[in-house]
Order: sequence, then structure tokens, then C-alpha cells
Amino acid sequence: MAKIEFTLNNKIISIDEHPNRRLLDVLRDQLLQTGVKEGCGEGECGACAVLLNGEIVNSCMVPLGNVLHKEIITIEGYRETKQYQVLKEAYSIEGAVQCGFCTPGMMIASEALLRKNPHPSDKEIRDGISGNLCRCTGYNMIIKAIKRASEEGEGLW
Amino acid sequence: MKDISKSINKVDNEEKISGKAKYVSDYYDVDYLYAKTVRSIHPKAIIKHIDKPDLPEGYYYVDYRDIPGKNFVKIIFEDMPVFAEKEVNYVGEPIMLIVGKDKEVIQDIERNIKIDYEVLTPVFAYKDSAVHYHFHKGDAKQAFRDYDQIIKYDYDTGYQEQLYIEPQGMLGTIDGDKVTLIGSIQCPYYVKNAVISILDTSENNVRVKQATVGGAFGGKEEFPSLTACQLAVALKKINKPIKLIYDREEDIEVTTKRHPSKITLQAAIKNQKIAGLRCHVRLDGGAYIGLSGVVLSRALIASTGVYTIDHLEVNGDVYSTNTVPNGAFRGFGAPQMLFAIEMFMNHIAKDLKIDPLAFRFEYLAKQHDQTSTQGTFRDPIMMTELIHKAMEMSSYIEKVKAYQDENIYKGIGMSFVLHGCGFTGSGEATHINAKVKLKKDDQEKVHILIAAVDMGQGVKTTMKKIVAQILEIPLDDIVFNHPDTDFVPDSGPTVASRTIMIVGGLVARAALSLKKQWTIGEEVVVDEHYQQPEYIKWDEEHFIGDAYPAYSWGVNVVEVEVSKVTYEVTIVGSWSTYDVGKAIDERIILGQADGGHLQGLGFGYLEVMNHKNGHIEQKNVTDYIIPTSVDTPMMETVLIDNPYPLGPYGAKGAGELPLVGGAPAVALAIEQAINHKVHSVPVTPEKMMEMILNGKN
Repeated sequence: MAKIEFTLNNKIISIDEHPNRRLLDVLRDQLLQTGVKEGCGEGECGACAVLLNGEIVNSCMVPLGNVLHKEIITIEGYRETKQYQVLKEAYSIEGAVQCGFCTPGMMIASEALLRKNPHPSDKEIRDGISGNLCRCTGYNMIIKAIKRASEEGEGLW
Repeated sequence: MKDISKSINKVDNEEKISGKAKYVSDYYDVDYLYAKTVRSIHPKAIIKHIDKPDLPEGYYYVDYRDIPGKNFVKIIFEDMPVFAEKEVNYVGEPIMLIVGKDKEVIQDIERNIKIDYEVLTPVFAYKDSAVHYHFHKGDAKQAFRDYDQIIKYDYDTGYQEQLYIEPQGMLGTIDGDKVTLIGSIQCPYYVKNAVISILDTSENNVRVKQATVGGAFGGKEEFPSLTACQLAVALKKINKPIKLIYDREEDIEVTTKRHPSKITLQAAIKNQKIAGLRCHVRLDGGAYIGLSGVVLSRALIASTGVYTIDHLEVNGDVYSTNTVPNGAFRGFGAPQMLFAIEMFMNHIAKDLKIDPLAFRFEYLAKQHDQTSTQGTFRDPIMMTELIHKAMEMSSYIEKVKAYQDENIYKGIGMSFVLHGCGFTGSGEATHINAKVKLKKDDQEKVHILIAAVDMGQGVKTTMKKIVAQILEIPLDDIVFNHPDTDFVPDSGPTVASRTIMIVGGLVARAALSLKKQWTIGEEVVVDEHYQQPEYIKWDEEHFIGDAYPAYSWGVNVVEVEVSKVTYEVTIVGSWSTYDVGKAIDERIILGQADGGHLQGLGFGYLEVMNHKNGHIEQKNVTDYIIPTSVDTPMMETVLIDNPYPLGPYGAKGAGELPLVGGAPAVALAIEQAINHKVHSVPVTPEKMMEMILNGKN
């Protein structure tokens, strides 16, 4: 056990935990960030994606010790932002959501992509979300949604 | 009146995008114990002895001896035990649960359990037929006596895993005699009935609630009845809330999959025409029958695809093997059969040196034709329109010509498909007898009370649209919560592309009568139940009559490039046209079209799963590859209205249709690209290399 301090959605958190615990489990079981989903547990599906110092990571692959003094944003924090609102609208309009289980992770991936590249091409969007599996939509409506958000959210990213 | 197809914002977008939607693993409302399943490591063995370590306080074993009722999962046959007793029949078969507070302690306990097995010889070959069906139409025998030539090919298809992104999960609580199960499920009443049976208790003692479902595709049709039964038995023994959530490996290894198949088709050819057709479908059922017989019958009924063949003989078998039981998966036997018949029609044409397109056109079913089971295609069939539209969208003719040269390694393929909507045969009337309820409360809100589950296909939105449009009230005045068997009647399972057509039809009828009875400030309740149209007759024993009340139709065109070096396939384009009657929400149907078709394409060229001595070899998403965003082309889809008189606003089934034509379309495209006949899906680079190197055609 060790005292581990980090920032979660702009709040400083300090917890006593084994540094080897998966960040995903700590986020869900202890901090009730249930928007962070477990789909595969091996870093392949992206359902557990969060932002770690602004970069997308799969929280099932991150030991808690690695987030010491770092900043984590989950969907619970991200949904308070203007960027989220723009993406949410775009996802809704384009029909990008079916079962919804991949959606929070997909939103995080969309944000991570747009931060780096505010005007991505279709191909760049495909590459940008290729670490997030979706079994319902066939991806195209998600791709259109990100494209739409990049246009409507002009200046936000 | 506005067009119901005009898309609206789905009612659950907000909660799903924000991460607020509650899936089964998201319940932290009370302190749940965790359950883990101890499983067989052998495909066939006798359990001689189990050496179990003593348990720390607060930890429990739950096995067959704790079951109050009969040790079977109530599905169709009483063949699959909830916990193995003396024998195990597949790798991963559940033997017992370990239940307790700490997952790590549970794992330690599991490691120290020693099971002494007497290992027996497993069966993997297709030799023990557990279900056999046979039917015929016309006089196939005569056709096979008087012919110019016989053309015969074998086709085979592999496993397919649903790979919903949310693994299986169930949780339960107990209060006195009453157990409540909350699960990621498609069929609340299947679960309820199975639990009543395993606990040997009364209806009032079992409550089943749906959590938000993170994808299902058939994988959460019958399988969750097993976990619910296990959990219910544990709840009775332990009397505390329990969670049973699978991780991905466990989910892939032990849950139902699409049946691998071997299909033999034979045509008796006379004067360059099909005089008769023989079909034999063999499905690998796995260790227990479950729904395999029903899957087989859907496959058999689809044996002639979209074509009218006058003389037909059909046989089918489900084989018992010592492998994980196979079960429901979007399409339910039709994807295997439609792959085989579409390839076969093309292969016959090629062997006869007739243009495949012209050859297939010649046999296209027309309105009033007899179906494969001597029923009637009663409603207008718009295949010609669908085909011409798809060909125009994809520039099919030009591309077929352009890619004729062997060395181009490009190809275009087109599949024609149909899908019978709703349950096969008289299932709706005899097995389900769906009931629905609408309640208007004294606050003028209308509650939709049905057991249909929204698993992403948008049923919450579409049902609300139907009711709103009929009652001419805003969507916000309609309440449709996740089904809870304490409040909703049994409107049947959420399967078989029946939800909108059958349940939606009943909801529409209920809404019409509610409109007439509407009294301001008072509660009004309206019930409706299913009545089979009189003209639909079905002889289940002989497969004679109308197997389905209606059919949806579709055309898929797929264009591929195959690498000359690695034989890797790139899907360049995908164009589809569908007749689903009438879309209740166009964007929702287009979403079904994209996602379903991509699953069908995956089945056709990408998704490989095998077992080795009964052990599934691909147990995670690193090994079992499904399409990602970079594997997916843009997809263009056009819907053509062809309203079905008995569906709400003319709607028929739509969920399965886009999947069933994926495999033949991509396989035909690859066939052109590599200039070798394809008989097996998924068409992997290894198979292509073998075909090309062996020169087998």
C-alpha cells in the first residue's frame, strides 16, 4: 500500500492503495467513475480510455503508481466541458451511438484526436479511433460525428 | 401527418454519451459479493472427486447439490445442466461457483481446488446427429433421375463470436423468498422462466430487470438464463447480493457462438436450367442442443435464398460435439445458408458458362411464388428495383468488366438476400403469444409496458415514436423504462427481427384503442395480445406452409482489393439496398445497416475462430480480430419503402437483414479478385494462398 496523489477531473485525490492496482479498478470501484468501462482488460478495445495528462490511455493497462501527481480526465469530468457539448451534439445528430458501451471511450478518443488535430481528414479520424472497438455502428456514423464536431466546434480545439 | 421515418434524436443518447447509463457492472448500490465459476478443463470427462480447500468465513461454494429444482437450464430441451454433476461435456462447462467478498481471495481458493477427472475420448466430428430435419417441395427425385449433369459443391463456414463490447453480466439480490436478477439480457422472460424452474418456485418469487445492455447480437438471448440460474441458486444459499461479471477471456471461451457449418448443395441440370436442388446443412451444435434446432430450421428454410426452385429436397442435422454450445447470433442460421446458396448459384452459372447475373435473375422469386416450404410470397417483392439501384450505386457492371483480368487482384461481388421476419413457423402463436400493455396515468403520461430490450438497436426511440405519432402527443409524455417483469407483461424475447414488426404492431394497436378510451385525469390501461393472421398456416413436422409472416429483402455489393504479396483483403467500397417495409426511424435503420453489414463482412473475410481439442484458440480481442475503423469502408445504403400491411406503419424486420448478405458479397468479390472459386468463409489469406498455389478451382 502507498499513498498516491493525483488529479481526477480537476480535483486532487489521495488514496491508499497498492501501486500495482489497475487504474481502471481504482477509478470504477473506489472513485465510482462508472462511465469508464471494461471491455477487454488487455488494452485492445478502448472502452476504458481516459486522458492522462491530456494523452489517451487505456486505464486497464495503467498501474495506479504511474498516475502519481498526474492529471486524469474521465468521461465524468470531460462531460462538463464545451468540447464535450459539441461532440455530444454531433454524435447524436449522426447516429453514432447504439449500445453505448464503447461511447465514453470513443468520446475520449475523439477529444484526444481533435486536440492534436482540430481538422482531421476522414483517414486521420479512422486512424485516430482505431484503438477503440465498436461492434454496433460500423464506425462510419462515429467518423461523420467527429468530422461534424471539428467543423461546428471551430476554434474550440 | 409527418413521415415516421424522419429521424429524431435517440432518447438514450444523452445518458449513453455522458457515461451515466447504468450497465450491469455499474451497480454499486449495495455491497455485492463476487461470484466466480469453476470450470471443466476437459472436453469430455467423468468427475471422480473434487478436493476443495476449507473456506474462510464469508466464502461459499455453490454447486448442483444446492439446486432446489431440476438441474437444467430451461430453454427448449432439458439437456444443459446449470452445474455439472458427474460428467463434463465441454471445456469451460461450469461445475460450481465460488462466492465471496474479495476477488483475490476467490482466485486463491480456485487455485487450490483439485478436480480428479477420468478423461474420456471427446467427439469433434459431425457424426452424432442430435436433431434431424427433412422436407421437400415438388419432385426432386424425378429431377435427379433425368438430368444432363449434376453440379455439386460443399461450403463451409466457421465460428463467429458476437463480441458485444460489454461482457456477460448478471447480479442478484434476495429479499425473503423473492430473488431479483438484473442482467445484460435480451429476453427478461426467458430468464424469469428459467429461474422459476431452477428454484422450483412460484412466479411471484422471481423478478427480472434489464440493465442497459452493451451489445448482444443474439449472445444475450439464451446464454444469460444459465448465469441467472447459477446466481439464483447462490442467492438462495447465501442470502446476500451477488455479482457475476465475466471478463473477456471467460466470455469468449464459454459463451455461445455462431454455429460452424458444412453445407452440401447439388443441382440437377437439364437444358442449362436447375431442374432440382438438394441441400444438406450440417451444424456443429456443441455439447448441448439449446437453440440449435431452431437455428437449423431457419437455415433450412433459407435453402433456396431469394430464388424460386420448384423441386427441392432439404436435409439438416445438428451434431453434438464436445465443444462449447453454439447458439443465437444475429441471422440465426441464415448467414451460413445464404453464403452457400449465393456462392452455389454463381458457381453453377460459371460451370454452365452462363453469365451469373443473368442466371440468378432468371430464378428470382416473384410475388405469389411458392416459398421453399410451399408457403406464398404474399407481398410485393421489389428485388429488381433493389438490385438495379445497388448496381447503379456501385457501378457494378463497369467494375465486373474492368476487374476481369486475373492479374488485377480487384473484385466486386453482389449478394441477394432475404430474411424471414419474426419467429419461424407458428412460434409467435404457439410459443410466445405476446402481450403488451399501455398505461396512461392521471398525469397524462403514457407508459409503454413491454419486455422488449433496447440493446442499441433503438427500440426505446422507435416504440416511443410509434406511440407519439398515433396519440399525437410529445415524445416527452411517454415513459419507456428498461423492462422489469414485475411491471411488464411477456411480450416475448428481443430476437428474430420481431420487435418492431410484432411487438411494435401490438403497441400501435394498443395506442389506437388508448386514443379512443382516453379520459383526462384518469388512469387508462389497454392490453393487446398477438393473434396470428388466419391465412398463415404452418405444419411444423413437415415444414409445409408459411414459415414467416413477411420477408425483408436486400442487396449487398462489396468491392475488394487483394494484396498480391500477402493476400490481405482491403474492402474498398460497400453499397447496399434494403426493403424493410418502412423505416420507423431512417437513421436508426441506417445504423443497423452499417453495423450489421460490417459484422457480416467480418464473418466473410476476417473473423477467425477455431478450437483445438475442444479448447477455443482465440480467447481475447488480440487473437479474435473484428473489424476496426481502419478496416471499414464508407458504406452507402438506400432504403426502398414497401410497406407491410400488418407491420406498424408498414415496418418489417431489419436487425438481421444487413448481416446475412455480408459474407457472400465479400466472398464473391474475393473470388473475382483471385480468380478461384471460394467455398469457405472466412476467406483468410492462408486459404487464398492455398487455393492459388494448389490451383484448385
